[in-house]
Amino acid sequence: MSPTLSLAWKSARNRKVTAILTILTVAISVILLLGVERIRTEAKSSFANTISGTDLIVGGRSGQVNLLLYSVFRIGNATNNIDWRSYQEFSQHRSVDWAIPISLGDSHKGFRVMGTNHSYFEHYRYGKKQNLAFTDGQEFNNLFEAVIGADVAKKLGYQIGTEIIIAHGISDVGFSRHDNLPFKVVGILAPTGTPVDKTVHVSLEAIEAIHVGWESGANLGNNPTAEQLAELNFQPKQITAMLVGLKSKIQTFALQRQINTYNKEPLSAILPGVALHELWGMMSVAEQALMAVSVFVVIAGLLGMLSSLLTSLQERRREMAILRAMGARPRHVFSLLILEASALTFIGLIVGILGLYTLLAIAAPIIQQNYGINLTMMTLSHYELSLLAMVQGAGTVIGFIPALRAYKQSLSDGMTIRV
Amino acid sequence: MDKTRNPVIIKLNQVKYTWPGNNVPTLNIPHLTIKPGEHLFIKGPSGCGKSTLLSLLTGINTTTEGQVEVLGEDLSQMSGSRRDKFRADNIGYIFQQFNLLPYLSVIENVVLPCQFSHQRKAQVTGDLHANAAHLLDKLHLDKTLRDKPVVELSIGQQQRVAAARALIGNPALIIADEPTSSLDYDNRSAFIELLLEQVNQANSTLLFVSHDPTLEPLFDRSIDLRELNQIGEKA
Repeated sequence: MSPTLSLAWKSARNRKVTAILTILTVAISVILLLGVERIRTEAKSSFANTISGTDLIVGGRSGQVNLLLYSVFRIGNATNNIDWRSYQEFSQHRSVDWAIPISLGDSHKGFRVMGTNHSYFEHYRYGKKQNLAFTDGQEFNNLFEAVIGADVAKKLGYQIGTEIIIAHGISDVGFSRHDNLPFKVVGILAPTGTPVDKTVHVSLEAIEAIHVGWESGANLGNNPTAEQLAELNFQPKQITAMLVGLKSKIQTFALQRQINTYNKEPLSAILPGVALHELWGMMSVAEQALMAVSVFVVIAGLLGMLSSLLTSLQERRREMAILRAMGARPRHVFSLLILEASALTFIGLIVGILGLYTLLAIAAPIIQQNYGINLTMMTLSHYELSLLAMVQGAGTVIGFIPALRAYKQSLSDGMTIRV
Repeated sequence: MDKTRNPVIIKLNQVKYTWPGNNVPTLNIPHLTIKPGEHLFIKGPSGCGKSTLLSLLTGINTTTEGQVEVLGEDLSQMSGSRRDKFRADNIGYIFQQFNLLPYLSVIENVVLPCQFSHQRKAQVTGDLHANAAHLLDKLHLDKTLRDKPVVELSIGQQQRVAAARALIGNPALIIADEPTSSLDYDNRSAFIELLLEQVNQANSTLLFVSHDPTLEPLFDRSIDLRELNQIGEKA
């Protein structure tokens, strides 16, 4: 160890309470900076992971963000439905591998109810092309059976066999409930970290069935019983949207164009990736605000270090004068303080990184279990490393302020000990 | 540096020093020479310019008029950093309040000057720490104290550590600025005898500044700064 470094170390150790506090200040700001950065990237990737493997989303003619919001995120409502015949035509199109029909509009205690069919459980993918999995039970086979998402099961405490009442529309109030036709929970899905967790899935036929007698939008009476309905064969007339998987990605644009120019009905086909990107762009303000907050926290942390260095400088005048008398030149005094500021920042960074990984290790299983977001314990990315390098650089630069002061003081004090 | 080459180690010629902001000079010394190996006692009450003289000799301040030559070199002609290096290489300094660094051990305090001066480090024969320990032995500091933090030492012990720190690496000039004012009489004489013995062994020149006239007989030569400093007469 060089003499100056060893002196800086011993001197700082002599003031260890302040030094530890300074290190903690830096460490906490680093944890926050990296934490926010992690959450931001994880949120972005989990956002992008909401839907995966779907090549086109088809709905009534509207903007792509709107279509994405209601079909995938279950936010807002469709402006228009798709005719069942259009669904049949495109699902049997030669370039289409699979198609998932979606029918939205009803709700259960704040959770959206979605009508769909078997291909949803087979083809719907999220995250890194993961299939839906059941923690309990299986998919629906009969008319009044429902499969619920992980959040629904958890929040409402539902289990296999629980009977639920679905409400018409998205406000679950007494007069709009389909309360003569309860559904039975037959399956609970594993957490995905996507809106699937907050969805109650029923069959398309069930959506049709519960609306018998509701054609005008309200219950006008004469509702059939479940037994009567079970004997009928319900053919959906309309659906809200459809998710399409193609045999080959090359055909994506051709089919998109064909759907968009379909002359029997005004339809929109969107590429989920493009729409997701546009949607994320709208949220980038929040993203930047988060980043700005953590940058300010780092600045506050470094200013804390600056103030503690400047305060200690007055007490250390004597120490500096002794060093000067021992032959230390002003540049030694200068580098002593730079070294101290750099070392405190560096140790703060290391403690911060360790702290972050400790927190991640503790939080990751909990978050995975509750939110389905997989916080990977990946090593520091290039971006994170460059952030850390900037913090280190700023710490060293901040060291110049007390160093210059000490330099000037030691020039004027000389060896005279002024305490 | 060869100490025998220069017939004088310190030469002051028509030196005047005025502190910034003052109208009258604090120091006015027409002539002073000190020979190598001399043990010089400089006496004088506080306020007679002792600190100013020492700051000129160590090159902390430079004269406003006249020349200060130490080891044949004119300090006022040197740049600030050259003076810093010169001081680190050639001058061992013992302070009134000893000024040991509280966060270093006894040995670490002693070897401190060698960390800033290659010349003094080079003048240490053999291992630096062994040399420091040897010096402390000769100054009668208990072996068990060597690795203790200095704050655990008594005043007398601290004083001997400060002396060892000034002596290490055999600097040509040792300046002691009232180093005994916080010791009682018996300890004072004992300390000075030990110091003189080591200064002789190192073949250094000693400048001992004190207001205590009872120490005067222990030195080769004695100067009263009030007589030397002709401030009242010429101003």
